Amino acid sequence: MLTGFIALYIFMLAAFTGYEIIGRVPSILHTPLMSGSNFVHGIVVVGALFALLNATSVVEQVIGFLGVLLGAGNAAGGYVVTERMLEMFKPSDKKKG
Amino acid sequence: MNPSLIIDAAFLAAAFLFIYGLKRMSSPVTAASGIRVAGLGMLVAVLASFLYVFGVSEAARPHLTVNVILGAVALVLGLGWAWTSGKKVEMTAMPQMVALYNGMGGGAAAAIGAVELFRSSAEHSTIPLVVTIIGSLIGAISLSGSLIAWAKLDGRINGVWRVTGLQVINGTFFFATLALGLYIALVADGHAPVWMTAAFFVLALIFGVLMTMPIGGADMPVVISLYNAFTGLAVGFEGFVLGNPALMIAGMVVGSAGTLLTLLMAKAMNRSVSNVIFSNFGAAGDEQQGEIKGSMKPVDAGDAGINMRYASKVIIAPGYGLAVAQAQHKLFEFVKLIQEQGVEVKFAIHPVAGRMPGHMNVLLAEAGVPYDIIYDMEDINGEFKEADVAIVIGANDTVNPAARTNKSSPIYGMPILNVDQAKQVYVVKRGQGKGYSGVENELFFADNTNMVYGDAQKVMVQMIQAVKGLDGGGH
Repeated sequence: MLTGFIALYIFMLAAFTGYEIIGRVPSILHTPLMSGSNFVHGIVVVGALFALLNATSVVEQVIGFLGVLLGAGNAAGGYVVTERMLEMFKPSDKKKG
Repeated sequence: MNPSLIIDAAFLAAAFLFIYGLKRMSSPVTAASGIRVAGLGMLVAVLASFLYVFGVSEAARPHLTVNVILGAVALVLGLGWAWTSGKKVEMTAMPQMVALYNGMGGGAAAAIGAVELFRSSAEHSTIPLVVTIIGSLIGAISLSGSLIAWAKLDGRINGVWRVTGLQVINGTFFFATLALGLYIALVADGHAPVWMTAAFFVLALIFGVLMTMPIGGADMPVVISLYNAFTGLAVGFEGFVLGNPALMIAGMVVGSAGTLLTLLMAKAMNRSVSNVIFSNFGAAGDEQQGEIKGSMKPVDAGDAGINMRYASKVIIAPGYGLAVAQAQHKLFEFVKLIQEQGVEVKFAIHPVAGRMPGHMNVLLAEAGVPYDIIYDMEDINGEFKEADVAIVIGANDTVNPAARTNKSSPIYGMPILNVDQAKQVYVVKRGQGKGYSGVENELFFADNTNMVYGDAQKVMVQMIQAVKGLDGGGH
């Protein structure tokens, strides 16, 4: 288990990182970025998997199963949707036909 | 080699790939590769997490086979469903899909919290318990709230649901939920009866519904972005409880980036986030609309098209109506046609055009429109004065001059595209209805405005034919 202050350092630095990444983004990318960050928190599936593998009762197994199911949906759906959106951004010089 | 060392190294790599991927996604040139970089990080993390099987607790060892099977089945089902649904969703329906996937992430975070709280055998200390409760609360609100947002945007729930004193009810509900959660963490020390923990989650879910129901469809993008930030925070908190730095970093990066994105979106609509959540947009000002002078002057689509062919500069202001009519492709065909005649064409995008900031850019990109002739509002608003023709397609509130002048208008103060300053304005519109906010539009009655009535796609086809007929006849 991480000690309290190390955790706070991680949270603080991560928060700054997120702020800096989004800070200077042109608004045309807001939707893809929202979708992209939606994908990134799909990492929750890993935590859900950990909870499920350590489950000791049926209640824990059921909830853990749901958690993995939902988390996997978040990660996979977020990826597909973001990739489809970003695929479309093309500059003039690559104009087809 | 020690499995936990591999897991730690994989998570470190994943955290790096997420941040680097998001950074690449923040520029149009590198964006497409950014999502692949982040995707690689996810793949590494998920594969490595199967090594958890070597480190499960003594108590869970007898259940391991069942748990591994359950985990694999859940992964395959979740992945398979989301992959196929994400592949086939229409670009216009993208916002609600993002809401749906986001709610699932919130639900997963709440599920982690629930497993921790239901594990009666475990020894709990105070700080992780409080963090578990808060993470679960935020995650559950994000789950039910996102589902409501999805249903509203998808047209499954229509209208706005309001009762008097709702804010008092919501406030009471929220503090009751929070109090119950803190009781479980601080007084019961994590050994609360099962019904109490279950009640906590049910209350949190209901609060998410109550919080989202009164918010109108036009404000939903801000709400989805807010829930996206919520899910990030919930994931970060549950990551702390599990002692998993990858979850902490990814969750908190999204939490802060999502919060900033929410503020930017609200700012683009000239409203504060609290205003979006606690007030009822469009409820006031309906009665007191002044009389608008002038009349709407219809014009033939072909004439409008020919006029643009002989213009030197045309600015296009597209709105959600364009996408609904699936007219982007025909529009771009028309644009290429008049570009060949030497007409300078630019697209002007209002920050909230479409259903999310940047949504219209995605829809235009889908039709193949290059992003370097697409301009943000602040970059192009000064150019309308020089434009011979401004054409508004399927947009309404974002070009309504009442936002500048009429203080009693509910959209007063929202920045708008200055299309009314162009020499000639064409408005392509299905009928004489009002916009999403229900406000009458003065622009349609202005002297330099002509209305082109009809389905946007058919109108574009007529314009293309008129211009083609012109040039064909000349030779």
